[in-house]
Amino acid sequence: MSPLLDHLPEFWQGLIVTLQLTAASFAGAAVMGLVIAAMRVSPVPVLRGIGTAYVETLQNLPLLVLLVLAVFGLPEIGLQAGLQATATIVIALYEGAYIAEALRSGVNAVSSGQGEAARALGLNFSQSLRHVVLPQALRTVIQPIGNIFIALTMNTSLAAAVGVVELTAAANRVNLLEAQPIPIFVGAGLAYALIAACAGFVTGRLERRLAVVR
Amino acid sequence: MSNLLFDEPGPRARRRIRIATIAGAVVVLGLVALAVRQFADNGQLTADRWQPYATWPMWRYLLGGLWSTVLAAVVSAALSMAGGLALALGRLSRRRWVRMPSAAYVEAVRTIPVLVLVYVVLFALPRYGLDLPLFWKLVVPLTVSNASLFAEVFRAGILSIERGQSEAGLAVGLTHGQTMRLIVLPQAARRVLPSIVSQSVGLLKDTSLGFVVSYAELLYSGKVLANYNGLLIQTYIVVALVYLVVNASLSKLARTLEARQPRRRTASA
Repeated sequence: MSPLLDHLPEFWQGLIVTLQLTAASFAGAAVMGLVIAAMRVSPVPVLRGIGTAYVETLQNLPLLVLLVLAVFGLPEIGLQAGLQATATIVIALYEGAYIAEALRSGVNAVSSGQGEAARALGLNFSQSLRHVVLPQALRTVIQPIGNIFIALTMNTSLAAAVGVVELTAAANRVNLLEAQPIPIFVGAGLAYALIAACAGFVTGRLERRLAVVR
Repeated sequence: MSNLLFDEPGPRARRRIRIATIAGAVVVLGLVALAVRQFADNGQLTADRWQPYATWPMWRYLLGGLWSTVLAAVVSAALSMAGGLALALGRLSRRRWVRMPSAAYVEAVRTIPVLVLVYVVLFALPRYGLDLPLFWKLVVPLTVSNASLFAEVFRAGILSIERGQSEAGLAVGLTHGQTMRLIVLPQAARRVLPSIVSQSVGLLKDTSLGFVVSYAELLYSGKVLANYNGLLIQTYIVVALVYLVVNASLSKLARTLEARQPRRRTASA
């Protein structure tokens, strides 16, 4: 256990970075997903096309390729931000595609009578989406979005591969110093499992509280 | 397309759609123009920086990388499907001492990043005298993590087969094992085929971790090539396009298979 305790500050720092990456990129992904999902259910063919192209592209590219492209490629065309900021943006864009798909499936699961009723009351597209359809859609996709959150947490570890010192990278560095891989990597794994367990607990609570009884 | 959110557009709605179309097109064209200007300003658009990717030796190298990617993906898919099937059957077993470990494995692995597994194989196992060849350093962690994902796919497929099927199997005197093997699994396999293909897209994406392992798959080949010719962004864009083409075709295949699935008989039937 001592290698873990001796290097607690490093682990703590790594965990903080992982949590920052997770929180910031999930927030970004939620916004991105909302926008793209709204585009994909809109009556405007061009916007639908853009949304579809976005989802298709981002879901079919490995996250690591996007990270490498952003971190090593973009400085070549004069776009450079901090390492962690770049990673956050890339992960947000990538997971945004998944959130958009989850939201869209939720929107499709809302019964068409709801949309008709909203229009009959005179609500326009964005009003009926905001006040009638999305609140119901969100409740049906809490579980899938919780799973995306967990996957996002796991994916933040890929930032280690491009040089962000988050939990995985911290564990790796400590291991290079101490050469005691088992406790160190088990510790890191437990930290991720703990985050995932918290996320699972929260989504479970949310789902039970918000479920629409039909 | 569902008509959940809008009706057949009238004259005003048509005008609004036109405005939104133009606005959307302008934004996209603006972004493209911005990107092109950024490339041009930094001299990344000149012909000689792209010309190498019109020559065969560059492509031969990258396609060699793609071949290694496919090889790693196929081997790891085969292994993790076998493991996943075993885990799914274990999770559905009537014996508790089989059910619990399988469930624990699936749940535990789902919450460990693949990169941590890669680091374990890369840095931890050699210390205990297990130094795998490069190929297996990539394939083993991918298999360990994807087995749990395939297990969930298979389990969902097996559970989706109507009870009547296995009851009928048992009624004609087959054992539990025979019912599973002869009645349930063949039907489940057909049902989960689309999910397996789309799960394989995820696996193929995961093989890009060869970048970390320095196994010469597509992304790592791209890195080597970029270090050699100094064309960083061009190389990574080409690599991304290759991934996009391969994965988009696989995703398309998954959708085609999904569409060809016979409609489930629902309660009304």
